[in-house]
Amino acid sequence: MIKTVSKNGKIMAKTGNEAIAEAMRQIEPDVVAAYPITPATEIVQIFSQFVSDGIVKSKYIAVESEHSALSATIAASAAGSRAMTGTSSQGLCYMSEMLYIASGLRLPIVMTDVNRAISAPINIHADHSDTMSVRDSGWIQIYSENSQDAYDNIIQAVKIAERAMLPVIVTMDGFIISHCMEVVEVYRDIDVKKFVGIYKPKRYLLDIKNPYTLGSIDLQDYYFEHRYQLAKAVVDSKKIILDVAEEFKELFGREYDLCEKYMIDDAEIAMIVLGSTAGTIKDEIKKIREEGIKIGLLKIRIYRPFPVEQVVENLKNIKVVAVMDRSDSCSGAFSPLYSDVVSSLYSHGIIDIKVVNYIYGLGGREINNLHIKNICDDLNKILLGIEKQPYEVKYVNIRKK
Amino acid sequence: MINKKIKINNERMFVDELITGDIVDAGTSIYFKTGSWRSEMPIFDKKKCVNCLICWISCPDSSIKISFDTKNITNVDGIDYDHCKGCGICASECPTKSITMIEEKK
Repeated sequence: MIKTVSKNGKIMAKTGNEAIAEAMRQIEPDVVAAYPITPATEIVQIFSQFVSDGIVKSKYIAVESEHSALSATIAASAAGSRAMTGTSSQGLCYMSEMLYIASGLRLPIVMTDVNRAISAPINIHADHSDTMSVRDSGWIQIYSENSQDAYDNIIQAVKIAERAMLPVIVTMDGFIISHCMEVVEVYRDIDVKKFVGIYKPKRYLLDIKNPYTLGSIDLQDYYFEHRYQLAKAVVDSKKIILDVAEEFKELFGREYDLCEKYMIDDAEIAMIVLGSTAGTIKDEIKKIREEGIKIGLLKIRIYRPFPVEQVVENLKNIKVVAVMDRSDSCSGAFSPLYSDVVSSLYSHGIIDIKVVNYIYGLGGREINNLHIKNICDDLNKILLGIEKQPYEVKYVNIRKK
Repeated sequence: MINKKIKINNERMFVDELITGDIVDAGTSIYFKTGSWRSEMPIFDKKKCVNCLICWISCPDSSIKISFDTKNITNVDGIDYDHCKGCGICASECPTKSITMIEEKK
C-alpha cells in the first residue's frame, strides 16, 4: 500500500512523477493504458499500484508498446470513457502515428510526457526534442516549470481536453522535474473531483441507441474541411484554456495564463523559454536587475496553441530578445520556438526587434546561472551596439574550438 | 446526416455544418456502390443451393441476399450486384457449387 495518499490535501514533498500519479489518482480516469519508459516509468508504476491496491476504480491496461498504449487509450476514449496515458522520448515517437489519429478523431485524451532526449546516441536526460517532434500533431501542449506546475496542469488538462474536444500533452523536464523532490501543495480529493467533474461525451461508440461511424475514409470532398475544423479548434482552445485557468484560480487559488511574465513590463532585453529552465532564469534575472540592466522573461506555458497575441503584446517594446530552445530542428534554419516567436512578431508587423536563437541543454547538458548571465551580457552588447546580432543559431555550453 | 444531404441534394456541407471529427452516421456504406469494381461476376444457381449459408457467412461485403419464408427458414436469394466486388470467395466456399464465376461483361 502506498502511504503517500492524502485525501484531505496538504503540502507534501513529492517528485514530479509522484505529483502526476497523485493527480491521476484524484482524477480517477476510467481507463489508463501505458508502457513504462525512463524517466516516466514511475507515473504509471505508482498509478498501477493504486489500481491493484483498490484505491482507484480505474481500469489499467498493461500493453506491449507505446503504439498499443495510445491505441488502447484512443479506443477507450472513443467508447466514451475518460482515458489517460503517459510516456517519454522514444515512447512518444513510437506513438506519433496514433497521436494524429487521437487529434483527428477529436478525442479528449490527456497524456503526460516527461521530456527526454531522442536517440541516437542513447540519452535519458531532459530536452524538448520529443514533444517538439510532434508539435504539429493537433495536440495541445502544456509545459511545466516545476512539480506544482505539472500537478496543476494535469488537473486543468482534463477539463481543457473535454471542453475543446482535443487531446492534451502535459510535459515536464525529465529528471529535473520528474525525479527532483520538491514541495507540492496537493489539493483535497473532493475538490479535484469537483473541478474535473463527470465526463459526459456528446457522442460515444458504446451508445448503441445512436450508432455512428468513427474513422471512416474521407477523401477530396471532406478531408480538407475536417482538418480545418481541427486547426480552428486548436486556435479556439486558447479561450477554453483561459476559462479553465480562471475556474482553477477560483477553487485552488493559483493563477495560470498562456504565458507567464516575469519583470518584462519595463524590460529592454528579454528571454523566452519553455519548461524548468524558467526557474533558473528568474533567479538570475533577479540578480542582473540589481545591476540596473532591464531584463525580463516570458515563459511560454501553452506552446500549442502558440500564444501569438500575448507574445507580440509582451515583446513589442523590447529591443533584443533571446529565444531559448531546448531542441534542435536540424533544419538549416532555426529551432521550433524561435520560428514561432519570429513568425508571430513578423506577422504583426514588428520587425525592428533583434531576436537571437540559443540552443541549450540538449541531452540534459547543464544550464546554470553563469550561462544565463553570459547570454544576458551578449544581449546587452547587441543592445548597446557593441556587437552585431548573430545571423545563426548560438549553442550554449558546448565544447567547441 | 451527411450522406442523406448528399443523396437528396447532391450538395456538399460547409465546415460549420459538419459534425466535429471524421464522424458520419452508421451504416452509410450502403450508399457507396462498389459493384463497378468487379472483373469477375458470381452467378447463383438456385436449383443446386441447399441454403447452408456458408456463402453468406464468408462474403466480406455482405452481398449475399437472404430472406425468410413462411416457416421462418432462411433462404439464399441471390447476389447483391450493387456491392459485390467479385472476389469469388462465395464460389470457392460453396459446397454444392451453386455459385460460379464468369467474366464480367460491361
